[in-house]
Amino acid sequence: MPRLNSKEDLVRLREAILARRDPNRPCVSVCAGTGCVASGALEVIKAFEEEIEKQGIKASVDTKGTGCPGFCERGPVVVIYPEEICYLQVKPEDVPEIVSETLVGKRVVERLVYKDPATNEKAVHEFEIPFYKHQTRMLLGVNIKIDPESIEDYIAIGGYSALSKALFQMSPEQVLEEVKRSNLRGRGGAGFPTGRKWETSKKAPGDIKYVIVNADEGDPGAFMDRALLEGNPHSVLEGLAIGGYAVGASEGFVYVRQEYPLALKHVLMAIEQAEAYGLLGDNILGSGFSFKVKVHQGAGAFVSGESSALMTAIEGKVGEPRPKYIRTAVKGIWGRPSVLNNVETWANVPLIINNGADWFIKYGTERSTGTKIFSLVGKINNTGLVEVPMGVTLREIIYKIGGGIRNGKRFKAVQTGGPSGGCLPEEMLDLKVDFDELTKAGSMMGSGGMIVMDEDTCMVDVAKYFVDFLTEESCGKCVPCREGLRQMHKLLTDITNGKASDNALELLEDLAEVLTDASLCALGKSAANPFLSTLKYFREEYEAHIKEKRCPALVCKDLIAYYIDPQKCQACMICMRKCPVKAIDGGKDLIHIIDQEKCTKCGTCFEVCPSKFSAVKKLSGEPVPERLPEEQRKVVRERKAK
Amino acid sequence: MSEIHLEIDGRQVKAKEGMTVLDVASREGIRVPTLCYHEALEPYGGCRLCTVEVESGGRKNLVASCLYPVEEGLIVRTRTPKVDKLRKTILELLLAHAPDSPILEEYAKEYGAEKNRFDKQASFCILCGLCVRYCAEVKKANVLSFIGRGTSREINFIPELAAKECWNCKECFPLCPTSYVQAAYVLTEALYTQAPPFEVKGLKGVKAC
Repeated sequence: MPRLNSKEDLVRLREAILARRDPNRPCVSVCAGTGCVASGALEVIKAFEEEIEKQGIKASVDTKGTGCPGFCERGPVVVIYPEEICYLQVKPEDVPEIVSETLVGKRVVERLVYKDPATNEKAVHEFEIPFYKHQTRMLLGVNIKIDPESIEDYIAIGGYSALSKALFQMSPEQVLEEVKRSNLRGRGGAGFPTGRKWETSKKAPGDIKYVIVNADEGDPGAFMDRALLEGNPHSVLEGLAIGGYAVGASEGFVYVRQEYPLALKHVLMAIEQAEAYGLLGDNILGSGFSFKVKVHQGAGAFVSGESSALMTAIEGKVGEPRPKYIRTAVKGIWGRPSVLNNVETWANVPLIINNGADWFIKYGTERSTGTKIFSLVGKINNTGLVEVPMGVTLREIIYKIGGGIRNGKRFKAVQTGGPSGGCLPEEMLDLKVDFDELTKAGSMMGSGGMIVMDEDTCMVDVAKYFVDFLTEESCGKCVPCREGLRQMHKLLTDITNGKASDNALELLEDLAEVLTDASLCALGKSAANPFLSTLKYFREEYEAHIKEKRCPALVCKDLIAYYIDPQKCQACMICMRKCPVKAIDGGKDLIHIIDQEKCTKCGTCFEVCPSKFSAVKKLSGEPVPERLPEEQRKVVRERKAK
Repeated sequence: MSEIHLEIDGRQVKAKEGMTVLDVASREGIRVPTLCYHEALEPYGGCRLCTVEVESGGRKNLVASCLYPVEEGLIVRTRTPKVDKLRKTILELLLAHAPDSPILEEYAKEYGAEKNRFDKQASFCILCGLCVRYCAEVKKANVLSFIGRGTSREINFIPELAAKECWNCKECFPLCPTSYVQAAYVLTEALYTQAPPFEVKGLKGVKAC
């Protein structure tokens, strides 16, 4: 492919690609994102290739692995074009039927389409599935249409036209102005206005400036940046190049976390392709603007996602935060002005340039414009990536898109904003999700993690989990974070063990204060949020643990006991056989009894007891009833009605 | 260099650009407690004991004074109930590691910090990094380094370098607020020099130590 030397070259290439492609030609798109690959997407793709060849239609059908469309719960996801028939949870053995029925016979394979668990209604097309129907997928929507390894796929959907527009029709100042007017706020956590950050760097003294993509997405349960970078790497690079042009940077970095091998592969491939096409590198599209992108791979530290730590890591040093009394936008990598934005932020930039700020601000709320991608996980029916305009309520996301709580359980809380975010209770479900509302409620937007919890979740245990994560991930440089988290973890562990002293909450509140007010970086400053928000909304749970040594959600091992209800036990011997420590005494027709001394509280008996009996119970805060006298242990069965 | 006017604990003072709040406070004879600060070293901002309240453009903020650059019109308060409370908690967290450190005891008295408030973990080192940074920045020897992350962070002598550099220097010993660095050095030395040389089987000529 010869390089493109003008904006006309890009238009001509796009036309040529589209002319080569028949929009009515059948195409099998299989999600090849990490989630679907884990559930066998690569085998499905291979099966399609083989079956299409076998049935002799290879010349008239395309097959491609694409980016992640977000419905990970039902992966591997297959979409058949041009009809846009969507098949879910496809296995290699389903492939011959899909090929002969749908591709050859033009009939729908009913058993593979989406079926609403509540209404049993089927949805054949992607856009009819409730999970997708209520979303606004400006960023994720194109993932299923493009092969992330093909720059031509991206160019075919209008890729790099925003860069071309910026370079040839706009001055750097106009680009900056447009981004400022769009009110785009950073998607990485703090929601800082992107345009203002760019402007600070643009105005900062120095000839050499940098723009950086933060792809160090490390929040537990978050994978939106991964889906974007894996699925559509060129959109991020295009945004970055536009940012470079606006700010006056000729060099960019992509900081990819080590745990994202596919994202790394795709971004490296995309850079190579874009350089070969003249869309990155020297004299882009003959405009005179040169912009090079380097990739820096992280080494596994969560704190390296913090801006100053990330920049220190790019410099080749240990990724530890440094004080930011002078912003990194002014003094960043090697003391030079450096703009760091999150993957999703950069991916929004081409959309803003192509469609204009006025279009962008139509989405979302006044102070939080555009859409936001959330990774909806936890005890929810439809796990996956959800893109919605900001301002929709938590209830809409959890119930309309997420399909509600699993197994008909009751909603208890939703954790937003990653480990530094907070847990919001049921009464906050009508909260409008945007940067400011979430912060006001004691949580935060963060990068968009959303972990749904049901009634079986202990909120003290949740706080302990996140504090444990942060304790592991603190760099250890400053005292409030290193020591504060260590003590916080110790106290929360004591609470869940029933060993906490009466002043535990007072100590925890002092620790929360020192973390928030005296830590060096944002990791420490926000590290108390999981504790503070659970205390704010679930104080009674803390008190039950501390004062009554009781875990209301029946989760904390040291505070619960397993007990077999003699009224319900039918002596089926299942739990007895499955108990790994042989703590259950019983036999045929003999009511089973758990030896509390031997029991390790693994919960196996609770899980295996047939639901029609539900004889195994968890007790907390009450004594285990006395052992049944031997003479009463015979099971009395009711005669089956004939 | 331009002159900067600021207010510190009610006093109107002048400073030069590039000075930190702590520089100005020290010059004015206002005592701000520090542990990881040393004139010969780059400010580090690790212990956070020097936290003060600053007000700029009507906005109040809590910052580490050893790092915060002076600015025109800045109002600094080095002792407020909030600042004192933070210092107290920081000291209590450090006393859990090094309850007998003279400087910690002295500060503890001033801020009412209790020794037994938090769970004890007798590691003695409070990770102020004075030794590590002094060795790197002043002596350019890099014999000491931090290893580990977060709560498992510790300081460590690199034995091969320590054997060459430390005997005639030992300048980091008096810097250490808890005397830990001397103990760590003695231990390293003992392990390093006392261990009998041995040969690794199958590898001729390779000697450990």
